[in-house]
Amino acid sequence: MSYFLEGSNMSGGYGLGEDILHDCSIGVDKGEIAVIVGPNGAGKSTAMKAVFGMLNLRAGSVTLDNNELGKLSPQDRVKRGMGFVPQTQNVFPGMTVRENLEMGAFLRRDNIEPTIDQVYELFPAVADKRNQLAGELSGGQRQQVAVGRALMTQPTVLMLDEPTAGVSPIVMDELFDRIIEVAKTGIAILMVEQNARQALEISDRGYVLVQGRNAYTDTGENLLADKEVRAAFLGG
Amino acid sequence: MEPLSAFLLFMQTIMIPGLVYGSQLALGALGITLIYSILRFATFAHSESMAFAAASSVLTIQFFSFVGLPPLAALLIGLPIVFSITIGMLLGINFFIFRYYQRSRSVAVIFTVVSVGVMFITNSLVRFLVGPREQTLISRADKALYWPSGDGEWLKLSVRNIKKLFDLNEAFTLTLPQLATLVVAIIAVISLFYFLNNTRSGKAMRAFSDNEDLAQLSGINPQRVIQITWIVAGALTVLAGVLYGMDKGFKPFTYILLLLPLFAAAVVGGIGNPIGAIVGGFVIAFAELVITYNYKKMFNYLLPEAWEFSGNVQIMMTENKFAVTFAVLVLVLIVRPTGIFKGKVL
Repeated sequence: MSYFLEGSNMSGGYGLGEDILHDCSIGVDKGEIAVIVGPNGAGKSTAMKAVFGMLNLRAGSVTLDNNELGKLSPQDRVKRGMGFVPQTQNVFPGMTVRENLEMGAFLRRDNIEPTIDQVYELFPAVADKRNQLAGELSGGQRQQVAVGRALMTQPTVLMLDEPTAGVSPIVMDELFDRIIEVAKTGIAILMVEQNARQALEISDRGYVLVQGRNAYTDTGENLLADKEVRAAFLGG
Repeated sequence: MEPLSAFLLFMQTIMIPGLVYGSQLALGALGITLIYSILRFATFAHSESMAFAAASSVLTIQFFSFVGLPPLAALLIGLPIVFSITIGMLLGINFFIFRYYQRSRSVAVIFTVVSVGVMFITNSLVRFLVGPREQTLISRADKALYWPSGDGEWLKLSVRNIKKLFDLNEAFTLTLPQLATLVVAIIAVISLFYFLNNTRSGKAMRAFSDNEDLAQLSGINPQRVIQITWIVAGALTVLAGVLYGMDKGFKPFTYILLLLPLFAAAVVGGIGNPIGAIVGGFVIAFAELVITYNYKKMFNYLLPEAWEFSGNVQIMMTENKFAVTFAVLVLVLIVRPTGIFKGKVL
């Protein structure tokens, strides 16, 4: 069977440069968390960007709910229900938290208040700072605003590029808890993570990439238990 | 000692002209700053767009006067036409010239150099349309404001009349262009901030200025935002150009001299920051006035007779006011490169 969001046998790179991904496959189902881990330069973010239509695939395909996405631009993929949180510069620093959420829902013409309330409920820290400028928030709060912004389109798939980069361990645990909450609402979550061990602990499926190829693919639990994976990627 | 006369003289020769000139600079600098924050380049063509607006105003006034309307009515009726053709021209320039460079993702300096070309073309177009001679938007007589006097007559609000009325040595008064500038500037600034903070298009502009990539990810259409920016900046350009023309008269070459103070205002306040553009406008206007003003008369009102000055009391000659602007600009860039309010670094 195929996953709700699936990138299968993807090969490609940026522009006319050489291939970064080689026959790489990634998938995630609704309500699940899938995480892409691997050493630096393994093509983790590239794999995610390929799924989001940010690079040209020379081979392979991306499907959402069994619909081929082909050459759709990232903007069009957002319209199809994909949410994307970039690793850096993922908020509007000069706008308030509330305005950030409003901008996330820019394409929606219906009443966005219920969705804003849902985001506030999910991220109480965001709710407290609703009238502050996003640029004045701490790293962890800013990530929550960024995730909140992406949730405003009511996506079926949420993609997170290293959501815990540069935040403290406590904030990281907090963020992962929030991400689990989001997944429980029935959204498929695909994320790239540097903190491999913690990310695999909360994930239903893990993809270990090495040099743009699938090295290991299994449930998060099994990967954590796998001796080879532990020795090579998780520091023993 | 006559402190009242000194105060009235100060109001008439520094305060009112400073506020009026500052408002005109602020309106112009707001346009530069909006274009900078959305299109990400410093447009040198801005003062010439102001000249174009004033020139179209001259033409519409001539046309409607020819039809038989009084000049002031002609100016007001012509204003919507001036707005349409100026904004239309800016949108046209964006479509035929700047869009090419947006598509090829050129760096900011190329846009700026292109805008210099646009400046020369617009300048020639303006001279072609109205000729190189000096033109008046409104005549001297029309500049005066009137006040109901006690016996049911309309009294011309002039320095001389007020002096006579209150038996003063000095007096201050307002002209119609000055009053119009102050009122229009206040309304324009309030509307602009309302637009930026409360409307969908305004928020999209701010989002696009903050983070272009994320704005696109959120579904904001860049071309649409750029068009709205030209429309808003164009409206401010028309106000600045026409008000300046009403106040100081119109010569095709006076506007190019405004380019330095306009840029100084935008940069001193913090480019990309609308509040900065307004504050910068007043900083530059008052700096020019205060440093090149001849204080002889004012000081003599304040000092005991024995200490009175017989020569000029002036830091710099009025002709050198651009040196003041330039000095303020350089000083701010050395001490605080992001401007008074935190703008972007050029």
